[in-house]
Amino acid sequence: MSLDLPYSQGGEFVDLPHDIRLRRIYPEGEDYDLSARTVLNVGPSHPAMHGTIRMVVELDGETIVGCDVIPGYLHRGFEKECEAHTYHQAIPYTDRLNYCSPLINNFAWVETVEKMFGVEVPRRTQLIRMYLSEVSRITDHLTCIGAALMEVGALTPFLWMIEVRDWYWEHICRVTGARLTQTYARIGGLARDVTDEWLDRCEQINSEHLVKTLRDVHVLVDHNRIFIDRMRGVGVVSQKDAISYGVTGPMLRSTGVGLDCRKYAPYELYEEVSFDVPIGKYGDNYDRYFVRMREMEESMKICRQLDPLIRATNGEEIKVDDSRVSLPPKSEVYSNIEALMNHFKLIMEGQRPPQGECYHAVEGGNGELGFYIVSDGTGRPYKARCRPPSFVNMGSAHLQLLGAQVADIVPIFGQINMIGGECDR
Amino acid sequence: MDWAFLVVAIMNLSFVLGVLLNLGGVLTWVERKQGAVMANRIGANRAYIPIPIPQKGGGVKWSKRFTVMGLWHGIADGAKMIMKEDYTPPFVDKYIYNIAPWFAVVPVLVTFAVIPFGGPFQPGIMLSDVFGLVGADFASEWVMALFGERTFQMQLADLNVGLLFVFAVGSTGIFSAALAGWASNNKYSLLGALRSSSQMISYEVFMGMAILGLVVIYGTVDMNLIAQMQGDVWFGFLPKWGIFLQPHMFFIFMAALMAENKRVPFDMPEAESELVAGYFTEYSAMKMGLFMMAEFIEIAVIAGLLTALFFGAYHVPGVHGAGDAFYWAAHPELTPGNYVFGMEVPHVVVVVGRVGSFLAKLLFFCWFQILIRWTLPKFRYDQIMRLGWKILLPLSLVNLVLTAVVVLLIGG
Repeated sequence: MSLDLPYSQGGEFVDLPHDIRLRRIYPEGEDYDLSARTVLNVGPSHPAMHGTIRMVVELDGETIVGCDVIPGYLHRGFEKECEAHTYHQAIPYTDRLNYCSPLINNFAWVETVEKMFGVEVPRRTQLIRMYLSEVSRITDHLTCIGAALMEVGALTPFLWMIEVRDWYWEHICRVTGARLTQTYARIGGLARDVTDEWLDRCEQINSEHLVKTLRDVHVLVDHNRIFIDRMRGVGVVSQKDAISYGVTGPMLRSTGVGLDCRKYAPYELYEEVSFDVPIGKYGDNYDRYFVRMREMEESMKICRQLDPLIRATNGEEIKVDDSRVSLPPKSEVYSNIEALMNHFKLIMEGQRPPQGECYHAVEGGNGELGFYIVSDGTGRPYKARCRPPSFVNMGSAHLQLLGAQVADIVPIFGQINMIGGECDR
Repeated sequence: MDWAFLVVAIMNLSFVLGVLLNLGGVLTWVERKQGAVMANRIGANRAYIPIPIPQKGGGVKWSKRFTVMGLWHGIADGAKMIMKEDYTPPFVDKYIYNIAPWFAVVPVLVTFAVIPFGGPFQPGIMLSDVFGLVGADFASEWVMALFGERTFQMQLADLNVGLLFVFAVGSTGIFSAALAGWASNNKYSLLGALRSSSQMISYEVFMGMAILGLVVIYGTVDMNLIAQMQGDVWFGFLPKWGIFLQPHMFFIFMAALMAENKRVPFDMPEAESELVAGYFTEYSAMKMGLFMMAEFIEIAVIAGLLTALFFGAYHVPGVHGAGDAFYWAAHPELTPGNYVFGMEVPHVVVVVGRVGSFLAKLLFFCWFQILIRWTLPKFRYDQIMRLGWKILLPLSLVNLVLTAVVVLLIGG
């Protein structure tokens, strides 16, 4: 795959007042009266918008003939905040990136730091991280598909999916202590260990709630004429455009590119489990729906393979034994001056990775979620940068929006699955 | 002065208004509860009426919370909407803005005027039976003196243009959406108004076309006559209901009616996922409540129309339309006496049975519409238009031509 592929620009730029740069298209073969167009401001707090994103669309009747997507209304300065905090203190910030799958963000961040240290975390920790990542992926996709269904008017399946998601979140709460902002990862380990009972119940949720709900949703909407009309052929991105715009995740896979970080750049122990990477064909909303539905099944498959592996490592350490990274045990701290100093330094100054820079990417719910960290050898990152999949995926939004109908705006956004926290950082 | 007619008219009116307005409230609860049940939720169950129980030694103890499955929610909603601040945005056209909600409610209520909900009845005989039963003979004599053996229709207005009246009044409902959207001076409202105008006008066209097949068969647009004809029987067991005459048109007609009501899957004008609330985005308090009320009452009106035209109106399945006798016991020579298994049935039972039958069918179709609302995704605007003009309208036209030919060949 070369990167000099020609890609569709889609329209020309027109500057409007208030710093709006409209990308406008002109239907061919018609003598066009521009005064008949309406400019409509959708967002930033439109009731149906995911997060807060503003969009200025130019309408010809019901057709979108110009658009300007203006993200940034949820900008919190995540990256700058990271520079002002120790590596450890940044973990809670990562929760707020993609709040549908906070654990994946957690793990991505700590793994990047671990990569800088060059430490390898214990096997059990990696297995648990994989397990929780897959559960988070399921919750992410449940939210996305549920919302997408709701936006085309099917409220009932949305509530079914949200119910299952809540079973998961409630259960994740039992090990992490929080439903949403979980902050479960630690550099070099995990906050606490999981138990066999916890795994039992998780498998029970998989097999009782998730399987049933997926089946119900498939039955209810897959062959529904209205649903197909609303999703098929809407929000199409060609394979070339998807690659050119750097689209990743289910959106890229729906165009037929089987690119998945877990496969082509395996991290953790993804080489040990077998799973398929579902791909679509047409790159439209319907394919994205199906890719996500299939991915949930694959995640469930991975969870089932991990289950015995985690049980086999019962009782093993979940922290890496490295004084640069892990806190010493409390008994040591109170009885041993070296441990006490170690503890003091780690808390006050933070973990201090060697000078250098590092990029680490994982497969998040929406695509490649990467962190790039530059370290100057102190306890705080010199520079931290997040590669948010939904921000990059949003880059292709105008390709999907131009020429679509007003009613397609929200389903298209739903399937890009723009999460405000992640997109605007 | 025809006092008997006046009394009957008031009776009919209070019945219809009572049913419709109450259904408008109850259906909001049904919608929530049914949606909740379908989505594995509990639904409305919080509103309650606390009953104070005075204690012996002074003071008041409050009773248990009587939630009655959340039925109070309809009342709570109404109270809330009436008591909320009735805010009129400064940028609207005040006069049109204020009058638009009434255009939504009035046509809906008026449409029901021509729907026969109980067929012919003789109030004199019925009431004197009832009074005679409880021993109030003077009352029996009084009602007999007032009504005699006169027969009235259980219908608000026995118009010979029946069905045309429905279309005429129904089409004025467009005004509410168009005016509300236009007067609100908001682009979302305007888009909603545009959508609703085009959608309602389009669907009005083939709604008429869809029902014309039945009109050709019945040979009349008088709703009362149509209802009476559905009392006949085919082959000794199959009631001659519209659904058995034109089953395919039933679905088209229902789709058209639901599109008129602007509910999922045809809720383009409201479209909460893209147009906020469509044409009533700028409305608040009871003005918004009127739009909601109109929507829910229209569910009942649609159910009434479907019942009257396709499901035998007030006829009880299995009971002979003219004679009010079961088919298997029916002898043509016995009509119009009321015989069931050879026994005479009091007129009051017949009337109650018919009204009950109508209400049962009505509630069934209300339930059915809400079921659809919670099951299907919704169309896109252009898809609604394509469905209407390119699929449903040609289908209705073909049906009309075929029906006309068949009717000419067979009965003529």
